[in-house]
Amino acid sequence: MSLRTRFGRAREAFGTRLADVRGRDRLDDAVWDELEEALLLADVGVSMTTSLLARVRERAADAGATDGDGVIDLLKEEIVRRLEGIDRSLAVGGAPSVWLFVGVNGVGKTTTIGKLGRRQVAEGRHVIFAAGDTYRAAAVDQLELWAERADATVVRGAEGADPSSVVFDAVEHAAARGVDLVLADTAGRVHTRQNLMDELTKIRRVAEKGAGTVTETLLVLDATTGQNGLVQARQFTEAADVTGLVLTKLDGSARGGIVIAVEGELGIPVKYVGVGEGLDDLVPFEPRDFVDALFD
Amino acid sequence: MFESLTSRFEGILRNIRGKGRLGPEEVEEILGEIRIALLEADVHLEVVRTLQDRIRERAVGEELAGVLNPGQQVVKIVLEELTRILGGETMPITFASKPPTVVLLAGLQGSGKTTAAAKLARWFKAKGRNPLLVGADLARPAAVEQLRTLAERIDVPVFSASGDPVTVAAAGLAEARRLGRDVLICDTAGRLAIDDVLMAEVAEIAGVLEPHYTFLVLDAMTGQDAVNVAEAFHQRLDLDAVVLTKLDGDARGGAAISVREVVGCPIAFASTGEALEDLEPFHPDRLASRILGMGDIETLIEKAEETFEKEQAEAAAARMMEGTFTLDDFLGQLRQIRKMGPVSNVMKMIPGMGQQLKDVETDLDERRIDRIEGIIHSMTPAERTDPDVIDGSRRARIAVGSGTQVSEVSQLVRQFREMRKLMKQMGGAGSKGRGRGSKRGRKGKRQGSGSRTTPRGPVPVPKKGLALPGLGGTDDGGGAFGGGLDLGNPGISGSGGPLSLG
Repeated sequence: MSLRTRFGRAREAFGTRLADVRGRDRLDDAVWDELEEALLLADVGVSMTTSLLARVRERAADAGATDGDGVIDLLKEEIVRRLEGIDRSLAVGGAPSVWLFVGVNGVGKTTTIGKLGRRQVAEGRHVIFAAGDTYRAAAVDQLELWAERADATVVRGAEGADPSSVVFDAVEHAAARGVDLVLADTAGRVHTRQNLMDELTKIRRVAEKGAGTVTETLLVLDATTGQNGLVQARQFTEAADVTGLVLTKLDGSARGGIVIAVEGELGIPVKYVGVGEGLDDLVPFEPRDFVDALFD
Repeated sequence: MFESLTSRFEGILRNIRGKGRLGPEEVEEILGEIRIALLEADVHLEVVRTLQDRIRERAVGEELAGVLNPGQQVVKIVLEELTRILGGETMPITFASKPPTVVLLAGLQGSGKTTAAAKLARWFKAKGRNPLLVGADLARPAAVEQLRTLAERIDVPVFSASGDPVTVAAAGLAEARRLGRDVLICDTAGRLAIDDVLMAEVAEIAGVLEPHYTFLVLDAMTGQDAVNVAEAFHQRLDLDAVVLTKLDGDARGGAAISVREVVGCPIAFASTGEALEDLEPFHPDRLASRILGMGDIETLIEKAEETFEKEQAEAAAARMMEGTFTLDDFLGQLRQIRKMGPVSNVMKMIPGMGQQLKDVETDLDERRIDRIEGIIHSMTPAERTDPDVIDGSRRARIAVGSGTQVSEVSQLVRQFREMRKLMKQMGGAGSKGRGRGSKRGRKGKRQGSGSRTTPRGPVPVPKKGLALPGLGGTDDGGGAFGGGLDLGNPGISGSGGPLSLG
């Protein structure tokens, strides 16, 4: 399934608004209102929407755009421009490298580890999963099932064990066996719970206590998330130095506009997007594909 | 919960407060702010629009004509419209005459169905019921294990099997009957609203279970898509209500308002934490005012209405506008406030106070007010009229007379000054839209000796349905109970929000 088809649903709702705009032969207030609505409905958020449209207005005046089509193209370009030229690769370079997965409950951290781990194994890396979610019942079982599919090893602690120590053990285990990469799961946590955010800070610190280096801290964000996604990104960054986003569940009717807002306002790049339930449905984020799919 | 929305509204309302009269332009400005606030709280665009229209219609219509404090009136309108959307009552859960009472949970992946199932089981158990959990999520790895682990903690049996979820559900129902369990809660796999195959599957599960309650489990952090999701599930399952999860974070709840408005589903339960006890029936009527950051303002209004006589208050306000606000007036206000009940309770109901009281000890000391009264009683009439004459030796005398410390006297005088300053600012803010009729204040007019305040512009006066505390209404004068009155609690003193709502 092409990315475009996968984004089909997002396109539909967004596109209905834009279809109206496309037919217009002059740029009146109604055009701008509809563009604004389209962006807001896509969860782009008030302030990013305002910023995007202000810029597009300027450019429309400069470029002499006079119809709906022209202005949509400008909007597309403007979004792509803001998303392009950013390094979205996942960094390695430790011995072992540690990728830490963080986020609120239910966003798909464990699944993301499974899928991303599988990708890394396929690329020839030795991968260990650290079962750092010692809180959610059966989270470790879930991770183990994914490890089987991905051909990775799981290092686990007892239920209720200190997640930092589980991650530490996994890193030691990896270092001892010359494993390249540790993907560390963490329990979902609501970013307003300070003690849990502190725990995350500790996990990140302890992960580097031995031979490991945390080369990525990936915030997993559910595409259905609204404006709270920005707050989440801020809080998790503060606690654990988030280096990138994984946007999951983009195959639903949610439009994922939060990506534009988080990147634009916080400078945290989206690295991967989840576009389906299949094993291979986690793909690198491509700005132009994303915007094209959104607007076509 | 809803803190972001709350704080935003408080920002807006602070600006509205003290405005004398709202013209159409100001109404639009306020509506614009309300729009942003609601959108940032993820209220659906269409719902925002509906709300704006309703508020506009009422705000520019009859309701603001001749109202002395239209800012407050706008607040009231917004509150009423939010309340209207959220609905007034907690959804009652009744039990089937022929058990088991069947509850079906459905929703997107990660919305929290499995946890909600266990929490509901705990809730029913606490009600004296004997629930059976049915694990029909056979898609997510280890979902059933998760359910079993949670169920073990609350000592509730789980039924599940491998194979087809519809068959498992049906077998679960048979099992509940066989075991004589009187409540059945069925967990299902997360599914996308646009996945026709899986949506048909959950409809089939509903077909065999014939649930008494079908709940959509909805993440409170959901954005604009919440409405689409709820509509899609409603179409297939004829939802009875929503269980709102992850309400323990911040900036939540737009989804709740949207779903209620667009799909018509009430919110039956809200999950406010990770522990299995953290699920409670949702009280929509309490929510609207929380969204506005207003505390329990309705109760407050009622109490204020009981306490204040309208004419009296207006006369007092008029005197205040003439610049005769003194410590005597202040004393009178304290008495008015106290008539409304224990101070700490009153404080909690005041908009803006809820937030500030949240993190501090709310143990407001009634005796502290006694002491303030004592201090003022120990002042001469001249001192009460113009506290600026109070020098060191007068402070010492007052302290001895009232049995307090000199520092307490100083503090009171200082706070009184701050309060007057705040009143002055409020007067300034309202100079654009004037107060009513000829009762307009005059700037800088000095009366008598010393530096009595002469607040100008509109003065908040309780109106019918709007009577609020601290707005004058004393026998011998009135005035805003503005500024931070330190009632022995550092958390609410100083430059915090004026207690006055006007």
